[in-house]
Amino acid sequence: MPKGMALIDRERCKGCGLCIAACPFGVLGFSDEYNSSGYNVAAMVHPEKCTGCITCAQVCPDVAIEVYLFRPAPVREAR
Amino acid sequence: MLADAKIPEGYVRVFRRPDSMSDAPYTYCPGCHHGVIGRLVAEAIDELGIRGRTVGIAPVGCAVFLYRFYRCDFVQAAHGRACAVATGLKRANPDLIVFSYQGDGDLAAIGTAETVHAANRGENITVIFVNNQIYGMTGGEMAPTTLPGQRTVTTPEGRDVRATGYPLKISEMLAQLDGPAYITRQAVYDVRHVQMARRAILQAFRNQLEGKGFSMVEVVAACPTNLKVSPVDGNKWVTEQALRYFPLGDLKVRDR
Ligand SMILES: Cc1ncc(C[n+]2csc(CCOP(=O)(O)OP(=O)(O)O)c2C)c(N)n1
Ligand code: SF4
Ligand code: SF4
Ligand code: SF4
Repeated sequence: MPKGMALIDRERCKGCGLCIAACPFGVLGFSDEYNSSGYNVAAMVHPEKCTGCITCAQVCPDVAIEVYLFRPAPVREAR
Repeated sequence: MLADAKIPEGYVRVFRRPDSMSDAPYTYCPGCHHGVIGRLVAEAIDELGIRGRTVGIAPVGCAVFLYRFYRCDFVQAAHGRACAVATGLKRANPDLIVFSYQGDGDLAAIGTAETVHAANRGENITVIFVNNQIYGMTGGEMAPTTLPGQRTVTTPEGRDVRATGYPLKISEMLAQLDGPAYITRQAVYDVRHVQMARRAILQAFRNQLEGKGFSMVEVVAACPTNLKVSPVDGNKWVTEQALRYFPLGDLKVRDR
């Protein structure tokens, strides 16, 4: 499985929960934090399960999510 | 990149906000489908590299502040008149890429005549039509697209079709005309449909670049606030109720 990371912009998030319902791997949930508008923001509660599939970012109405994939630079053989 | 985020080594970004969107936060309610639809429009503008010559027409409705959310030119039209304003802009300067973005109260009620005639003339414009079956901005009154039996603040017992008629099927109507090049109905309630709607919106802009003429993407959307349901149940409303009256798919595709 590819290793991903979904970063949620706390100030943009409106706590709608659509990303939480849409994530196929149960990565996301509500955090115990509230932003300056009073919204209960979503966050990765199981970051180890994220595959970087971008489903959450595609359904987020507030375009609050950035997704990253672990792609380490290829290791060159020394000669 | 997110201001306060620390990205560990080896991670590359695979999804971010489109360049054509500004940093301004949306003024929509939590879970409102306008947000995704607006992003798909920005992605199409980015993908086609047309930001410098694109002019959007903002409606009256919850999307009235649309011009704040993009980094391209905008005109905010009087209620329902977006297709007429778009016609003038495009005819006066055919090099512009002109799109309107309108709700069902704007496009399918007060603006029906402007819309039908722009379509019938085959104006070379792109129309994004957000059908959420209600007047969102003004507090949830019945729209021409409201479903039979649907409770709104002006139909507290549910829409009575004997008194107020049936959901107006704008896309089916326009697809009967010879003028339009492309009429399609899409939705954004899950990731698969978001991708399909993305391709449709891209096509509607590409048609304008190729001079094909009037292209409209209707998106069947949820207004969870006025449905008085959670955003997740707003998605369910679309699949279980709205799509029964507004089935998805292409209604007209002209290939010349
Ligand atoms: C000439 C005129 N008539 C009526 C109104 C009141 N009004 C504002 S928005 C709106 C309808 C909005 O509904 P819709 O187009 O479906 O957009 P939504 O807010 O649902 O996105 C109405 C009737 C107005 N602003 N101007
Ligand atoms: S990228 Fe995919 S797996 Fe990761 S949180 Fe988003 S939806 Fe879940
Ligand atoms: S979909 Fe977006 S706005 Fe909604 S809870 Fe998730 S991050 Fe927040
Ligand atoms: S009232 Fe409805 S359409 Fe308007 S922003 Fe809120 S959820 Fe969206």
